Amino acid sequence: MGIYEEIASNKRRSYLLIFAFLIFITFVGYVVGFFYGSGYFGIGLALVIGIIYFLISYYGGANAILAMTKAKEATKPKYTYLINTVEGLAIAAGLAKPPKVYVIEDSALNAFATGRDPEHSSITVTTGLLEKLTKLELEGVIAHEMSHIKNFDIRVMMLAAVMVGLTVLLSDFLLRSFLWGRGGRSRENNQMTAVFIIVGLALAILAPLVGEAIKLAISRKREYLADASGALLTRYPKGLADALKKIRSDPDPLVDHANKATAHLFISTPFRKSKKSFMKKLFSTHPPIDQRIKKLENM
Amino acid sequence: MVATWIIGIIVAVVILFVIYIYNSLIKLKVRVKNAWSQIDVQLKRRYDLIPNLVNAVKGYMKHEKTVLEEVTKARTSLMSGSKETQAEASNQITEALKSIFAVAENYPDLKASENFKQLQEELSGTESKIAYARQFYNDSVMAFNEAIQVFPKNMFAKMFGFKQEEFFGAEGKERENVEVKF
Repeated sequence: MGIYEEIASNKRRSYLLIFAFLIFITFVGYVVGFFYGSGYFGIGLALVIGIIYFLISYYGGANAILAMTKAKEATKPKYTYLINTVEGLAIAAGLAKPPKVYVIEDSALNAFATGRDPEHSSITVTTGLLEKLTKLELEGVIAHEMSHIKNFDIRVMMLAAVMVGLTVLLSDFLLRSFLWGRGGRSRENNQMTAVFIIVGLALAILAPLVGEAIKLAISRKREYLADASGALLTRYPKGLADALKKIRSDPDPLVDHANKATAHLFISTPFRKSKKSFMKKLFSTHPPIDQRIKKLENM
Repeated sequence: MVATWIIGIIVAVVILFVIYIYNSLIKLKVRVKNAWSQIDVQLKRRYDLIPNLVNAVKGYMKHEKTVLEEVTKARTSLMSGSKETQAEASNQITEALKSIFAVAENYPDLKASENFKQLQEELSGTESKIAYARQFYNDSVMAFNEAIQVFPKNMFAKMFGFKQEEFFGAEGKERENVEVKF
């Protein structure tokens, strides 16, 4: 797949995510509204809340993510080296404007990119990454992040993060309202209500799982692709391969500032390593690092 | 009546096709132009940094006049001439700067100076930006040159007067090309 098809597919995916989100929210609104007397009022309220939430997260999601991970903007002269590297690779990628640069004060080796489009994007690295990687390795990592930005992966991933977050919140709320709610319904409606409760319950249980699976599928395929197009920017796949090796042998992944909502953004999974079972593999946000290294070394 | 309709549709399709080809070529050409201005920005930046470096170094390197003169000479020939001569001058500056920084290793006072350290960081950053800008420019030129040579675009390219663009010097030796497959 060429880069332009990739960008188009990512934009499509973003619209699809928003669309699915609106349908979901409408449904939830209807079910909850129906339960309390008026389904249409529920739809209206849910749509208004959903759209407001969407707008806030679309324009403020990146900042929320940066705040959540405690990233601070990198300034000259302390981070001249890092800023120059980012600006150089932005030129190589042909971006009109270089992304903003942030750092996380943490000895772990990790990095991520976020934003809604290349003009409103940022790259964040940990100070540990800056200290422990050579110039070529750092360039490899930054190039990987730059590819996420150029391919519009960042938009899909940001939307996935905020919407999966809300879906979880909502289904939680839905479950609660069924458990505790009491409506003034007539008897004829009882059968209908039962159906709604069953569907609602199923949805409430399934929604977070489906959302999670979408997020994972998006993230895993994306990492390989960003590795490859990052190597195309630096013309040196060994740089990123070496960086990944260092990250692999790093005993201290980023645990302090990462959580479930932001995990899929990072270049390598920010949680502590443990034994890999089948289920773990199924639900891991990143492809196995050994396979990524192997692919890079075979380029 | 039917014949005129068919002819009309064929003419419309041909016109749309020509517009499409013209636009795709123009897009590539604009990209080449933008890529060139990126190189230009970085060359200018280095051009402005060099006098600062020479000033910072002059006091320490009394015995290394030739190195400094080389940089200054290459600098003046940089901002004029064709792309080829500019590329050549740019490479000369890169080499001259390398030797200045190599010589600076012998001067601990100089190396310790905060001003010098910052200049070195800025200059090496600019050097790699030039390399990346050149890479993007040459990629863009390649895409454009390819587009105006393949059939049937080559016929229209000639008609609209598109000419092949010049590459900017050779790629750096330390970066070898790799083929990336998805």
